Amino acid sequence: MENNTWSDDQPIVSIQNVHKSFGALEVLKGVSLDVMKGEVICIIGPSGSGKSTLIRCINALNDIQAGSIKVEGLEVHDSKLDQLELRKRVGMVFQQYNLFPHKTALENVMMAPIKVLKQPKDEVEKRARALIEKVRLQGKEDAYPGELSGGQQQRVAIARSLAMNPDVMLFDEVTAALDPETVKEVLVTIKDLAEEGMTCILVTHEMGFAREIADHIYFTDRGVIVEHGPPDTFFDNASDPRTREFLSQIL
Amino acid sequence: MSMRSIPGIHSHGKTDLPVLKPFNARAAGEADDLLFSRWLVSIPGYVWFMAIIGLVVGPQFAWAATSYTYSDALEALVKWMPFIVKSGFLFNVLISFFAMLIGTFLGVILGLMQISPNRFIKVPAQIITQTFRNSPWLVLLFIVLLALPFEMTIAGVTIRIPDWMKAVFGLCLPIMANIAEIVRGAVQSVPSGQWEASESLAFTRQQTLWQIILPQCFRRMIPPWMNWYAILTMATPLCSLLGVEEIITLSRQAIEAENNRPELLVPFYGFALLIFFAYCYPIARATLALERRFAVKL
Repeated sequence: MENNTWSDDQPIVSIQNVHKSFGALEVLKGVSLDVMKGEVICIIGPSGSGKSTLIRCINALNDIQAGSIKVEGLEVHDSKLDQLELRKRVGMVFQQYNLFPHKTALENVMMAPIKVLKQPKDEVEKRARALIEKVRLQGKEDAYPGELSGGQQQRVAIARSLAMNPDVMLFDEVTAALDPETVKEVLVTIKDLAEEGMTCILVTHEMGFAREIADHIYFTDRGVIVEHGPPDTFFDNASDPRTREFLSQIL
Repeated sequence: MSMRSIPGIHSHGKTDLPVLKPFNARAAGEADDLLFSRWLVSIPGYVWFMAIIGLVVGPQFAWAATSYTYSDALEALVKWMPFIVKSGFLFNVLISFFAMLIGTFLGVILGLMQISPNRFIKVPAQIITQTFRNSPWLVLLFIVLLALPFEMTIAGVTIRIPDWMKAVFGLCLPIMANIAEIVRGAVQSVPSGQWEASESLAFTRQQTLWQIILPQCFRRMIPPWMNWYAILTMATPLCSLLGVEEIITLSRQAIEAENNRPELLVPFYGFALLIFFAYCYPIARATLALERRFAVKL
């Protein structure tokens, strides 16, 4: 893009003093955080603290009232922003998977690159099959979402998002709707991604997982970031009483 | 704080066994869009059996005293039957086909306009839909009949507009409005997560609507659409008031040709009733069967 001076040594996602309200309810009250390329960050906090809203603001599913969010130097909430440019860079996986129920797993993965990016079909299909193998679902290419378990659907959703070749992946409580026995397979998939160097932003309730994979943990409460730090410091030596109270209830 | 008394816990229940009341999926006050088909299918078979027996046997006694017997009337009906069916009922079917075709086409457009984010498209579409949905069909028919000229000259070519074409146009208006509601309802019944997922995959609104949302609601729209076709077919005799030569008009002419005997009324109009039933009942059955099938799998 013209005038874009972003380079690798600057934060890939930069959130500065973001305010967001739904009507009279102020959900984000000045949140700032930076994510470097290849970093994995986890946002944790009690429900209603604004973590999902924050992550949805990063790919413009929610608008913001004040502040700035930049992805690779692109101002997300600029009305002149080319939405396609943003969405090509940012992939998102949802709590409810949101697969397209009338398409098979393979078609779900292939749809956006073909229809949106206008890439040739056979090339996309080759890539899609590789992605399905990567999320360990070979053999399920022709299954419809209704025929797959929650964990399998969520892995198809991850593959679908990866098919757009994003630079940043957002995970919005992706294991919250899953049966306990399928949570692990999804977490393993995310871990693989993180280890390959994908920049990941996760909203999660899986504390053990967050501790294991995150480079940095942010704790939000009532619309502000209360505390943040590397996982070991954060979990063992939390300084803020609110963080400590939350962790004592969870762990 | 006072606790609500729960029978079986705080006081004696009427039964000491736990009772789970049947779950009613339809919220109170919510309109049932397949009401007509449900009603038609729910008519027990013996009602029709008894009606036919009554029509054939009953009046034999009632009119036995006069010289023109009921069997003479049935004979007259049999004589006129091919004419009434071929020139009359098939014309009703033709009218219903065309009205449904045009009504569906316009209704889909109107329904999509109703979900437009643009207020200047959405609000007029809502007003048009509600107006035609809530107007008496006969009034619409008369307005169309009187408002449209009997011929039109476009670019030097004079086109005659026959009455049946006006009837088609008049009937397609309420169909259009009701199909629009079906389309709007079906699109809005798709979970918002589908829109969000498509949006985050960089689909535009139009792409999302046509490639992701509409293919999912297509099957949901078929049962209510068929239900409206059956209602429309049942409404086609209204056209007889416009002088269109359909089944009721021809039945009346046949009765007149048979010297207007009152004995003819029941068999002739009873026959019209039966033939409409015979046409619409299978449609209603199929509608409910499809609805059941689609309800199981999304």
